[in-house]
Amino acid sequence: MNSILIAVIVLGGIGITAAFMLYACSKKFAVFEDPRIGQVSEILPGANCGGCGFPGCSGMASALVKESEKGSIDGLSCPVGGQETMSKIADLLGIAVANGEPKVAVVRCNGTCEYRPLIAEYGGLRTCSAMHACGAGETACGYGCLGCGDCVSVCQFDAIHLNPMTGLPEVDEEKCTACGACTKACPRSIIELRKKGPKGRRVFVSCVNKDKGAVSMKACKVSCIGCGKCEKECPFGAITVESNCSYIDSDKCRLCRKCVSICPTKAIQAVNFPAPKPVDPKAEERKEALS
Amino acid sequence: MNKLIISLSPHAHGNDTVERNMYGVMLALLPALLVSFFYFGIGSVIVCATSVIACVAIEWAINKFLLKNPRNTILDGSAALTGLLLGMNLPSNLPIWIIVIGALFAIGIAKMSFGGLGQNIFNPALVGRCALLVAFPAQMTTWPVAGQWMSYTDALTGATPLSIMKQAIKSGDVTTLQQLPDAFSLLIGENTMGGAGTIGEICGLALLAGFAFMLWRKIITWHIPVAIIGTVFVFSTLLHLANPIYADPTTVILTGGLMLGAIFMATDYVTSPMTANGQLVYGVCIGLLTVIIRNWGAYPEGMSFAILIMNAFTPLINNYMKPKRFGETPSTK
Amino acid sequence: MKIRTFRIGGIHPEENKLTHEAATAIASLPKRAIFPLSQHIGAPAKPVVEKGDKVKVGTLIAEAGGFVSAPIYSSVSGTVFKIDTAIDATGYRKPAIIIDVEGDEWEEGIDRTDKIETTAEHPELTPETIIDSIKNAGITGMGGAGFPTFIKLCPPPSAKAECVIINAVECEPYITADYRLMMEKPDQILIGLELLMMAAKVKVGYIGIETNKPTAIDLLTKKCKEKFDGSIYSVEVVPLKQRYPQGGEKQLVDAVINRQVPAPPAIPVNVGAIVQNVGTAYAVYEAVMKHKPLFERYTTVTGKKLQHPSNFLVRMGTPMQDLIEACGGMPEGDNKLLAGGPMMGKALTTTEVPICKGTNSVTILSGDDARRKEPEPCIRCAKCVGVCPMGLEPYLLAKVSEARNWERAEQEDIVSCIECGSCQFTCPAHRPLLDNIRQGKSTVMGIIRNRAAKK
Repeated sequence: MNSILIAVIVLGGIGITAAFMLYACSKKFAVFEDPRIGQVSEILPGANCGGCGFPGCSGMASALVKESEKGSIDGLSCPVGGQETMSKIADLLGIAVANGEPKVAVVRCNGTCEYRPLIAEYGGLRTCSAMHACGAGETACGYGCLGCGDCVSVCQFDAIHLNPMTGLPEVDEEKCTACGACTKACPRSIIELRKKGPKGRRVFVSCVNKDKGAVSMKACKVSCIGCGKCEKECPFGAITVESNCSYIDSDKCRLCRKCVSICPTKAIQAVNFPAPKPVDPKAEERKEALS
Repeated sequence: MNKLIISLSPHAHGNDTVERNMYGVMLALLPALLVSFFYFGIGSVIVCATSVIACVAIEWAINKFLLKNPRNTILDGSAALTGLLLGMNLPSNLPIWIIVIGALFAIGIAKMSFGGLGQNIFNPALVGRCALLVAFPAQMTTWPVAGQWMSYTDALTGATPLSIMKQAIKSGDVTTLQQLPDAFSLLIGENTMGGAGTIGEICGLALLAGFAFMLWRKIITWHIPVAIIGTVFVFSTLLHLANPIYADPTTVILTGGLMLGAIFMATDYVTSPMTANGQLVYGVCIGLLTVIIRNWGAYPEGMSFAILIMNAFTPLINNYMKPKRFGETPSTK
Repeated sequence: MKIRTFRIGGIHPEENKLTHEAATAIASLPKRAIFPLSQHIGAPAKPVVEKGDKVKVGTLIAEAGGFVSAPIYSSVSGTVFKIDTAIDATGYRKPAIIIDVEGDEWEEGIDRTDKIETTAEHPELTPETIIDSIKNAGITGMGGAGFPTFIKLCPPPSAKAECVIINAVECEPYITADYRLMMEKPDQILIGLELLMMAAKVKVGYIGIETNKPTAIDLLTKKCKEKFDGSIYSVEVVPLKQRYPQGGEKQLVDAVINRQVPAPPAIPVNVGAIVQNVGTAYAVYEAVMKHKPLFERYTTVTGKKLQHPSNFLVRMGTPMQDLIEACGGMPEGDNKLLAGGPMMGKALTTTEVPICKGTNSVTILSGDDARRKEPEPCIRCAKCVGVCPMGLEPYLLAKVSEARNWERAEQEDIVSCIECGSCQFTCPAHRPLLDNIRQGKSTVMGIIRNRAAKK
């Protein structure tokens, strides 16, 4: 009986002492964490993709709460969660948030196997950065897509895949969250985050080749030759030609597609527009007769 | 004209290949193998052949049916080498079905389930052997006597030098050690006392010839074998001087799987450290563990366990034993 | 006598010095010469001529584009065709000056005689005038790297130069340009060394030569004795063990004066050595004593299947195509065209690339030599660790670079890699080790630069 009592008292004593020590430590060394950080973390998608520029969703949550003290969280955006998530977070933190346009990754190269012939055979590590360090690549265009899929391997949302027929990557618009990982992975900065556009419609120049027109045409049939016709044709001043390469500003572009038809090399692409209605030959004849 | 070929530098390659290394080790094992065939007869031929065929077949089957690998890896020689080493670690009267189970452990569990060549933590042949030792202790510890050429599973068995040494330690009787063959017979493999051992541990001279061949072909470096044998020699000298029931160092080195283990098993590329200093530390620890297990452990043979234990430490050794960087040497003029 | 060598790692590739005994031929003038504006480390040069301008051999066509830069001189006489882009040895189109060649008229002022000018005959030379001549002549490292020479001769205040080491090692297989230069112009090289020592204000000089060139070692030792015995300079010809990469400047300094240069950003002058290629020493002689700017060089054109592998004295700007034709044309079948040797050379997609300041050889690998073998999984044999001359662990660096673990790569000293290729040469599994390490190294160097910039 005695031994049991001693055991109980000793262990009980150790237990109570330890409890006091833990309580004292938890009070003295307590780190105050704003409870809102935890709540914001709940709302964030939790993919830890880094697309916002912060290390993981918890980093983003701390940054959001800190910024909200200043009154506005403009400039911080979760590309994966998108507008919906940002609005919820803004509501939680009690501030207004501006609307951002949804974006999507766009591959600005159309140099497929058909249009851009191979002039050399590459052997070795098949990554875009290795081929880029080796030289212009297997074609004569030193600016075009290398087709080894660095963008594919870095995408966490399964939104970009190489098309074996064309040799170019293709973006799945539904899955793309515009986190920007592929744009950073591409050694030639071919992929750009552009506005998705109304109904997903957008117009862009599918070429980043800065060589003179004659040179780039030899390398690829659908390259931009920097002729400037698109720049002159655009009624909204959305197109600029610099270093033999044309660029469309998506903020100014109104999707009229005049540039698409005028481009002599068909370097400008219009995506997600309805197919033109099939031409009725009889209607055409009547039109001709009347004019 | 053909398109020009491009790639990043270097554009030249030395002639070394994986096959050259694996088949080179098998060539180095040839002298020991032939001596063993001479001593143990048809049993050893059957055991080694079964082991090699089983290992290659299991790797082929796993590659083809489980992994659906387009390129079957059996031609690089590593499965055959594992089979040969496993076979040399077994007694020559082991039945075929046990050998196949051993091959399954070696290739299936210790190698392929870790990811194939280059990814395993533990030496596959030793894992196979130790698994068999634990699962079939009776069959794995009865050793045929040398000189029976035509017998296989029905061979007469006898005591090995290691079991004699263990008995001497347990009983405390020094005179038991007089039953051991002298050092020279152990070296050339002529066993006048009758008992023998596993197929591979018979002839130290043949194994040393293999070691010299591998050094010449630059397949392995000297660090691991010298570290192991050196440590065992020093440690057992100290023990022998302290108490004569421990056998003298030359006998210790030449008996059991020490030579085979030090030269062929511990130097396995995948499971040994990557730097010279790391390999020396690895060898010293294996030597110490071997002597400790042999003298004070339950089993008479400690080499296999010592190597497997140190295999687990290899990543730690790799982490801490870095090579000397250029520029760290203090300048001398 | 024990032959000196570097202390860590090294490999022995096949020598293949097919052009060892081929006397240097003067290459014929091209029809059109191409001068890329960036043939050196540093800012590209800026053109000072326009379309239609007439130039002579030795006319300045582009001036230095900054402090770390070098001017470019025309190697031909004729008319400037255009200032456009051309593919250079990087594999990309870069700005270049293209000149149509007419005749071979040289600028007056260039001394074309064969008379060997000694320093005794020119007491007016001072370190400052020598460095000025080197700078104005556009001399950059002729061993391939292309660092402007005049900057190397003015070490930063934290470092003090104690000796000049001439790199005549030529450890790469196939290349024999430096060897032929030593056999044909030894006196000029030694005067060039003397000028470099004067400019660097040192009294000690070394010439490192590999033992596979015994005649060059004997010839230069004899000439050195004749010239420098009894003078204020102490010059030694150091035979070095034949091993790759003996010609790497860090390995050369380790072998010759037994000092190891610490990790970057340290450079050889931090341990007191200024390393210059033997071609650079010859160019220094020509610039200072003959008033001849840098516009021609010794180049080897070689390959096992080439009909007549040769050494050429070639005007810069000559397209490689011309030289290959002179050697019998591109061989049939699979070919790999390299600017440089097989260990560190750059593979090119076209033969129209011009010879530049750093092009020491044009190597053509044919047939099976032209292709890499299929990589297999790493067998952890540690042979790469044994051959790395910088004491690194290539298998680990390649693995962490592939996994994009830049922090670990930096910890494992990836920036110390000299990209010699010994690891990939040795790997029995034919793994693309250097491909991965190179990418890791450039990313980590970028990270270090950003970190320093932020501070």
